[in-house]
Amino acid sequence: MNMEFSESLVESFGTLTLNKMRTGLAILGIVIGIASVIALISLGQASQKTVQSQIQSLGSNLLTVQPGALTQGNIRGAQGGRTSLTYDDAKAILTSPSVTQVKNVSPEYTSRSQITAGRNNTNTQVSGVTPIYSEVRKVSIASGVFISQSDLDALSKVAVLGPQVVTDLFGEGSVPIGETIRINKIAFRVIGVTVSKGGSGFQNQDDIIYIPLTTAQKLVFGANYLSSISVEAKSEQTMTEAQNQVGYLLLSRHKLSDPTQADFSIFSQNDILNAASTVTGTFTALLSGIAAISLLVGGIGVMNIMLVTVTERTREIGLRKALGAKKKVIITQFLLESIILAFTGGILGIIIGALISFILTKVLSLPYALSPSSILLATGVSGAIGILFGWYPAKKASSLQPIEALRYE
Amino acid sequence: MISVNKLSKIYVNGDVETIALKDVSFQINEGEFVAIMGPSGSGKSTLMHILGALDTPTSGTYILDGQNVGKLKDDELAEIRNKKIGFVFQSYNLLPRTTALKNVMLPMAYADIPKKEREERAKKYLKIVGLEDRMEHLSNQLSGGQQQRVAIARGLSMNPKLLLADEPTGNLATAQGEEIIEIFQKLNQQGHTVVIITHEPQIAEHAKRIISILDGKISSDRINPKQIKFNRKGK
Repeated sequence: MNMEFSESLVESFGTLTLNKMRTGLAILGIVIGIASVIALISLGQASQKTVQSQIQSLGSNLLTVQPGALTQGNIRGAQGGRTSLTYDDAKAILTSPSVTQVKNVSPEYTSRSQITAGRNNTNTQVSGVTPIYSEVRKVSIASGVFISQSDLDALSKVAVLGPQVVTDLFGEGSVPIGETIRINKIAFRVIGVTVSKGGSGFQNQDDIIYIPLTTAQKLVFGANYLSSISVEAKSEQTMTEAQNQVGYLLLSRHKLSDPTQADFSIFSQNDILNAASTVTGTFTALLSGIAAISLLVGGIGVMNIMLVTVTERTREIGLRKALGAKKKVIITQFLLESIILAFTGGILGIIIGALISFILTKVLSLPYALSPSSILLATGVSGAIGILFGWYPAKKASSLQPIEALRYE
Repeated sequence: MISVNKLSKIYVNGDVETIALKDVSFQINEGEFVAIMGPSGSGKSTLMHILGALDTPTSGTYILDGQNVGKLKDDELAEIRNKKIGFVFQSYNLLPRTTALKNVMLPMAYADIPKKEREERAKKYLKIVGLEDRMEHLSNQLSGGQQQRVAIARGLSMNPKLLLADEPTGNLATAQGEEIIEIFQKLNQQGHTVVIITHEPQIAEHAKRIISILDGKISSDRINPKQIKFNRKGK
């Protein structure tokens, strides 16, 4: 390089500040590109995190047994439509000697129902559960108590409410212990409120009412079967083994020999997690694609500005060459300018992108996640834009013939 | 120092060939003050571009300080322009919005001269052209004559073998033009080789030797008796 680097840098800055409007517009293009990359990627990652933490909050070594689809003739009904799972099945899973990797079993009967309390009403999920549910599904009580064995034995009409239900029926923050709610017109006494598990979106784990399983089956819904059985494996490592043991036990109990004919299905929490991750991953990739396009447009903006600059400064380039500037010097000068543009835009874009994603995640009540990889990516891309889109105009400028350039008007 | 032998320049534009210079030969020795004269279209600008290493000849040789300039590549030409030739253009060609001092420092920057030395040398040459009190003025705040003096200082800054001026007074009022041509005369007396291209006879009259060009050929090459006498008187 013919000139000291710091001098070239100062000179490039000088030129850029001379044309504030033009420089500003070029930077704006990059800023929008980078900011949207960062905001969209972090938004995607935030929603991915939410889904993951929601699923994990259900318990990571949890298996869910659901009845299979009800098939009549050749018509296959909805998954879980069968009435093949029974309370005895659940009991057998816990007690059978062939099932060694299971710690707890929670039989459940869940249905949606209209709930009223005074003048308020809501439609929510009503789960008939046993006391072990709170352990298997990691439900904590904020005030009052959870369903007890004696409630189960006595078919008590007691209910434990999720915080969302409390908000809907009694107003936010109230503690309705002892109040009465009506499920299917049957009066229930509220005995507890659960701690919020958070989460909105595809499944709100706080919008739920727990009642004793026996009460749900016999008094409210009139069903003698289960809608699902939650099985807690002894550890995450033995999940597959537990899944197989439960599967074979249920097959033999239901007198089926062929596993493909099973009238139930068993999901592990990991299966659900993986499925959800795939969905949110695709979502993130889509967002990234959109962001990449805006980044490209920003880059072309920089190239545009640099080309205009070259044209506008043709005479100056000719003069510099006439005075002895070699190609490399001219290339360096223009390249430096576009790199400065790209990096200024990159840094501003990172700041604005971080801010936007912060505001967005706050508004959407998602966890704020700013991944270093997206910052790295954005910085890398803006650097590449500076070099790539600056190189062509710089090359063009340096190849100008000095006399032609000097004559240029 | 300058040896031009059978120099031709032909411009090809599609099927049309324009002969700008045809078999031009002459020599210029160190310390000479030459005016190259000719009406517009005579080929004098083309000659000046070749002499200034801004353009290369179609055929013939141009030897400057022992180097065949016609055979050089882009970057080598840039180095010749930087180190051996000091340019003064008709339209000054200073960097806009840049101080006189920085303008004079520019060619030295391309020659890797340390900043401090650049500044000292630039100040020295600005003093020579009489602009010591205008060094920090932006180029567009200076008058035409002052701008041309900055351009001369810039041309001198690399201490070149050849000072080449293309119509240096063309854009100036007569009085200012006179001042500029006197600077060239003074520089020549100090030993600089000066070549001025002009179409104005009264400017050419200041040179010791006048080469006239017409239709791409040298029509006359004569010693200017007035100046020789003047110089003898001066000595």
